Amino acid sequence: MKKTGEKTWQLRLYVAGQTAKSITALANLKKICETHLAGQYEIEVIDLVQNPKLAAGDQILAIPTLVRRLPSPIKKIIGDLSNETRVLVGLDLRQG
Amino acid sequence: MKAKAAGFTVGKTNSTLPKSPTGIQGLDEITGGGLPKGRPTLIAGAAGCGKTLLGMEFLVRGATEFGEPGVFMAFEETGKELVANVRSLGFDLNKLVAQKKIALDHVRVERSEIEETGEYDLEGLFIRLEHAVKSVGAKRVVLDTVETLFAGLPNQLIIRAELRRLFAWLKERGLTAIITGERGGAEGTLTRHGLEEYVADCVIVLDHRVDEQMSTRRLRVVKYRGSMHGTNEYPFLIGEHGISVMPVTSMKLDHEVTSQRISSGIARLDEMLGGKGFYRGSSVLVSGSPGCGKTSVAAHFADATCRRGERCLMFAYEESPSQVLRNMRSIGIDLEQWVRKGLLQIHATRPTLYGLEMHLVTMHDLVVKFRPTVVIVDPISNLTVRNDETELKPTLMRLIDSLKTRHVTALFTSLTTGGSSLEESQVGVSSLMDTWLLLRNMENNGEKTRTFYILKSRGMAHSNQVREFVMTGKGVDLLDVYVGANAVLTGTARVAQEGRERAEAALRQREHTRKLRQLSRKRKAIEAQIAALQADVEAEEDEIKSSVSEDSLQQKAVAADRRQMTQLRGGAR
Repeated sequence: MKKTGEKTWQLRLYVAGQTAKSITALANLKKICETHLAGQYEIEVIDLVQNPKLAAGDQILAIPTLVRRLPSPIKKIIGDLSNETRVLVGLDLRQG
Repeated sequence: MKAKAAGFTVGKTNSTLPKSPTGIQGLDEITGGGLPKGRPTLIAGAAGCGKTLLGMEFLVRGATEFGEPGVFMAFEETGKELVANVRSLGFDLNKLVAQKKIALDHVRVERSEIEETGEYDLEGLFIRLEHAVKSVGAKRVVLDTVETLFAGLPNQLIIRAELRRLFAWLKERGLTAIITGERGGAEGTLTRHGLEEYVADCVIVLDHRVDEQMSTRRLRVVKYRGSMHGTNEYPFLIGEHGISVMPVTSMKLDHEVTSQRISSGIARLDEMLGGKGFYRGSSVLVSGSPGCGKTSVAAHFADATCRRGERCLMFAYEESPSQVLRNMRSIGIDLEQWVRKGLLQIHATRPTLYGLEMHLVTMHDLVVKFRPTVVIVDPISNLTVRNDETELKPTLMRLIDSLKTRHVTALFTSLTTGGSSLEESQVGVSSLMDTWLLLRNMENNGEKTRTFYILKSRGMAHSNQVREFVMTGKGVDLLDVYVGANAVLTGTARVAQEGRERAEAALRQREHTRKLRQLSRKRKAIEAQIAALQADVEAEEDEIKSSVSEDSLQQKAVAADRRQMTQLRGGAR
């Protein structure tokens, strides 16, 4: 297990400004995490409009992109996360 | 726009359409000044055609020569791979990146890592591109190859919409961009995913064909909106200093000529060419059967060129440079000194190394770099393995045209396969030549001799005499041949004939004097006879005279007697 205070699930959501898609994506993500990963997750939202340098690191092209940093391996889910089943498959929380 | 029938002009730019020079040799000539400024250009071609290198050279030249920084967005290769790949062309990408003249961004799209759910756009790509553009103040952008997105992302509709937005975005910012695309896909499309649909201004297609086991890269400007451009396929070369395109295909015959003459290096040949040698900027063909001294003629010319302090470029397709130097030393021509002084460059390659057009591009490339006043190709007949005249002629025409516009005098040697009509076998290329020297082997009396004559030489009075071509330790010499009543003789036959003639002449001389002596003897005899006859006449005359005087004396005596008798008779009366 990880040190105390560090969550098992580290998720990063890349957005570009406060667009409708970004807001929808964040809302969807929070809902899914609360339902399936309550207490075990941490979400970091990165706005590339403010920090364009950070896009290269995770090879971000599509907006919004959700990156599962932990547990490894890295997983990416693009889109507004409106399909819960597919998000769960993408996060390896459910078999595809 | 003035559209001339010739359909092709070099270096003429359309003032209404600003262009961004690529700095790539030849490409700016074909496109009339470069790629459309502030607009995207599509470079389409199959894998391994040189799309990435062309894009990279465009950026590097822009950054180093035209003060336009650039962004390279690589979808296939990583930054490290790119740096390594272009190092072979002599570009130090790391340095340019450190100097903030070029920004590299590697975009990796891995489909297996990506799950798609719901709506998205490619704003991340735009943000990255904008960030890179801002970081170096880029004026040029290369996207290599955006088509990778089609493989990496599942939703084609989104990609298409975003690509359209991307090109609009590039135009809006006035970025001169190169977009590369893979060849293939449905018939009638240039790229697999129809990128040409978005890039409407300029499309260049690269091709890499293998013909008779020789591969040749070719470039063609398919479309250039609002500008004239060369429409042919141009061979190009990826060499040590980047890409080099051979632009001349159908240049007009309007090169200026000089009436300046340069020595061929063989005094007697200059004499035969109206006493002054070749015209500068003309093309000279030296043809002949194997071993008749073509290379020696070429070496003399090279030697004379360097002696004037001019540069000479020699392409040897039969011998290595050191072999050329050694062999020419044996006839007393020291070419090595010129090589050391940097006036002479000998490039030796096996003709089979490239296809004909690649040889041409290589030559063109070297001519542009070395700037010689004389180019020697020894021999052109080796350039085409198949000995295909129809292929050789247009290629050679391009080379000669490009040399003529540079006022470079070119000497080509050509090997003729043994046979009767040397002239006929070379009709194809000969029309391109201003001066044609013909060397011929003659076999006679158990020895081989060489004869030499000028088959043609445009625009100058030239000797029409056949000369004997001899190679001595001091170089090549041309001798008068024996032209007698019976035959033209060379070599020992000539010497023998000359000896024979000398002997005959001596013989004739003796005979002559003998006859003269005889005559004088005869004259003396006749003179003696005359004298004798004269003496006879004199004697007769004497006799007659004496008898006449005797007669007169007698008469006198008779008369005296008569008078006496008369006296006596009268006295007695």
